[in-house]
Amino acid sequence: MKNEKDDNEDKKDGAENNVPLQGLTRRGFLTTIGTGAVTLAVSDKLHATPAADAEMIERGEMTKVVLNINGRKYRLLVEPRWSLLYVLREQLGLTGTKVGCERGECGTCTVIIDDVPRYACMTLVVEAEGTKITTLEGLMKGEELGPVQNAFVEQDAFQCGYCTPGQIMAVEGFLRKNPDPSTEEIRNGMSGNLCRCGAYKHIVNAAKKAAELKRL
Amino acid sequence: MKKDDKELYFAQNIPVPETPMPAAGVKPWQRTQVVGKPLPRVDAYERVSGNAAYPSDVVLSDMLYAAILRCPHPSAVVKDVDTKVAEKMTGVRAVLNGASKEADIQWAWSPDVKTKLFDPQCRFEGEVVAAVAAETLYQAWDAVRAIKVKYEVLPFVSDERRSLDAGGAPVHASGNKIKTDKYERGDVAKGFSEADVVLEQTYRNECEIHTPQELHGGVVKWDGESLTIWESTQGVFAVQARVAEVLHLPLSRVRVIGHYMGGGFGSKLQADKSTIIAALLAKKTARPVKMVLSREETFIAVGNRPPGTMKLKAGVKKDGTLTALEFSGIGSSGAYPAGGTALMDWLVRDLYLCPNVRTVTTDVYINAGPARAFRAPGHPQGAWALEQMIDSLAEAIKMDPIDLRLKNIPAFSQARQGNPPYTTTGLRECLEKGAATFGWNDARKKLAEMPTSGHIRRGVGVASALWFAGGGNPPSTVIVKLFSDGSANLNMGASDIGTGTKTVMAMIVAEELGVKPEALQVENADTGTTQYATPSGGSKTVPTEAPTVRAAALSVKQQLFDLAAADLKTNATHLELIGDEVVSTQDPPKKIKIANLTGLKKRGMIVGVGYRGPNPEGKVVNPFAAQFCEVEVNMKTGEVRIIRFLATHDSGRVMNRLTFDNQVFGGITMGIGFGMTEERVLDKNQTGKMLNKSWHEYKLPTMLDVPADMTSLPIELPDNEANISGAKGLGEPVTIPTAAAIANAVFHATGVRVNETPMSPVRLVKMFAEAKK
Repeated sequence: MKNEKDDNEDKKDGAENNVPLQGLTRRGFLTTIGTGAVTLAVSDKLHATPAADAEMIERGEMTKVVLNINGRKYRLLVEPRWSLLYVLREQLGLTGTKVGCERGECGTCTVIIDDVPRYACMTLVVEAEGTKITTLEGLMKGEELGPVQNAFVEQDAFQCGYCTPGQIMAVEGFLRKNPDPSTEEIRNGMSGNLCRCGAYKHIVNAAKKAAELKRL
Repeated sequence: MKKDDKELYFAQNIPVPETPMPAAGVKPWQRTQVVGKPLPRVDAYERVSGNAAYPSDVVLSDMLYAAILRCPHPSAVVKDVDTKVAEKMTGVRAVLNGASKEADIQWAWSPDVKTKLFDPQCRFEGEVVAAVAAETLYQAWDAVRAIKVKYEVLPFVSDERRSLDAGGAPVHASGNKIKTDKYERGDVAKGFSEADVVLEQTYRNECEIHTPQELHGGVVKWDGESLTIWESTQGVFAVQARVAEVLHLPLSRVRVIGHYMGGGFGSKLQADKSTIIAALLAKKTARPVKMVLSREETFIAVGNRPPGTMKLKAGVKKDGTLTALEFSGIGSSGAYPAGGTALMDWLVRDLYLCPNVRTVTTDVYINAGPARAFRAPGHPQGAWALEQMIDSLAEAIKMDPIDLRLKNIPAFSQARQGNPPYTTTGLRECLEKGAATFGWNDARKKLAEMPTSGHIRRGVGVASALWFAGGGNPPSTVIVKLFSDGSANLNMGASDIGTGTKTVMAMIVAEELGVKPEALQVENADTGTTQYATPSGGSKTVPTEAPTVRAAALSVKQQLFDLAAADLKTNATHLELIGDEVVSTQDPPKKIKIANLTGLKKRGMIVGVGYRGPNPEGKVVNPFAAQFCEVEVNMKTGEVRIIRFLATHDSGRVMNRLTFDNQVFGGITMGIGFGMTEERVLDKNQTGKMLNKSWHEYKLPTMLDVPADMTSLPIELPDNEANISGAKGLGEPVTIPTAAAIANAVFHATGVRVNETPMSPVRLVKMFAEAKK
């Protein structure tokens, strides 16, 4: 939820309200809109109230993390709220990992964390400390493509190519767990990655080919 | 350009230049070495390695991040924007809103409808209200949330069917009707009187949203008075023209780069407001700015395929002769004119032989995001109505639905002035070969013998299509450079939106000049370094650029022969290129390696320029298609499982079998979404807001929603009259008949006609229950 604001639309008769209400707007309030009332949108109120003994970190306050990405150690200062995705792309320039929805719906940002495919948008960077992170760049051997990448090229398993890094990482993670999958297993295993171009059939072909190449 | 061409949506409202005529007398390819082969893409390495820098990947030093505050109401007036708190927040470098002097800019929604860039009158949820640039993306959104806006919330209308009701909310002061288009040929009343069967049905399609995988936007950077924009776009020159116009800059000061882009489907044909806002923020801060929309914004603010309600009445004789078609449709552009009914009646007018046709379409305003062209505008909607109606007619006269279609195949375009013939039409082959490969007759026979008592039912369905455009057209200019060692560079303005444009064009250069396609350097989609091209849309990129690229390569070849003729002391007309050698056809021992040509060594490079010539006068170039599917329907749960799909497409010459099939499967997938899962849900009665602006709630087909068994069967009829590549467009026809084919299969399985999208389990269960009564 980024700029979606929940308005205080219960103020009738043009009254203004400078104090943001807590909680989400109730359904009943919504029925009063459309009457021409002047309303005030205040949006900065979606933050949950922290527990009494929780340590508060101010916005903009930086904290140290050490990340292990593709076998290399990165020492960084980050805001604790930053996602792993944001750090990979915008702080480290590792743009092989793409951004699709930032809310765990599409799989475009899939990376492998300790052998398991994970959505980098749903992983806080501070959570990723102490893990082994592999991104698309980490599947390369120098300038050479890895087996899953080669399979995607050969089977033409993409169109615009934007969901492709996530698809490749998902196939990589899937094959680590299931090195000899059936078509149905691939279709189930890959159903968490959206492809708007609809290259699914070729992605299945690529996953099969990748399993073969990995066994060589 | 012909008048008709200028009205094509992908070139609407942008200045389109003319290019000179290409050399005449080029013969079609008889046999090809490279073109048509299933070759992997020339940029596959970049795309799978992560090396490809998409516009949203661009990270510049000292770059700021931008975010936009959007109106949360479908209709409201901005009374006051208080940015005081936001401006003082950590990391915030600039805030803009309607009161900012630098943002006092006009924005043209159409040639006739203009507003301010930040207009106080917000006519849809998602209209821009303010914008922020900050050091990090998080800080930019913090600041957006801290801006306080007073809105006067106004009544709204969300349902295009209610838009013209008396006393309804006016979206514009001028009224809610945008326009009514009428078309008529023959005498419809007479046609119906001659029919043995007349059927009438209302169909509806819900609004579909593009949501390409790469978010809209990119990075902007000023260098003094020059602006560079990395934008995820289908047309760099269209973005350049719009930005230059809006910001009053010379075209030479606006460079737009879109080497890679992550999908558009029509929603990225032209510049968006957000690009202008990014440029203003970058100017104000003197820093590069990254403006990439959030996923949620892409659901409400950057286009859609409009919802439509279509009434179709059709008359047929017992022998399958169509006697009359009468169509009326209402659709909505959204809050601004955006072609809300564009081409929704085209298939009714043109797909089947019918002497008496009348159509009326009415485009109305509603308080929702403006539409944008969406893969074959109007056509999947029109097919949803027409192709189901044809199926119903066949049922009524007890004729096979394929036979009924075969009975009515036109050889010319009935809806165009003077009934011009098609250069080629493979519709008959699509239906016949498709039916044979699918096993249509066997499947129908087998299913007829199956018991209908159980709750799992099976059915097969077919639908066909043509695509209104897809022949390509001028202008286009392409340059091919041959280096002194015989390697080459291809320079063209067109974007590769995922269809494999770069690959297909490289294959053409390889075909003509003997270079390996993967060794070719391709430079494209950059207004600073490549030649003019219209945006990649309308299934016109291959038929537009392929002949142009071929013309450029042939120009290089001719110059090569001239140089070789001097070295070999022979006539250039008797030379041919075999591998990396120029050989005399009359005296084969006379040959010379390209790299040894004296003239080439001296010059260092040969430059060939190609131009796109006009399409054949008085003829129409259209692609044709038919799709077949088998479904299994659960009568208890309403679930539809698509078991298999077969798609036959006549798109002229198949340029690359691998990318061809990929497009076909992708089109089917998107058609499955349109027909079965996708629907913009607006809170029509209470708030007018979109209720499902996420991929969690707006469901795209996943791998499990498409059948594993999909077959692409090209009907390859090289169209040598259309252009010198023989290719027609493919990207759009592939998604036109899909949803209707599924609906026809569901009818075959259940006897229930699903006339509204999406064919969701909820809807089907309800319809099955009603049918039982």
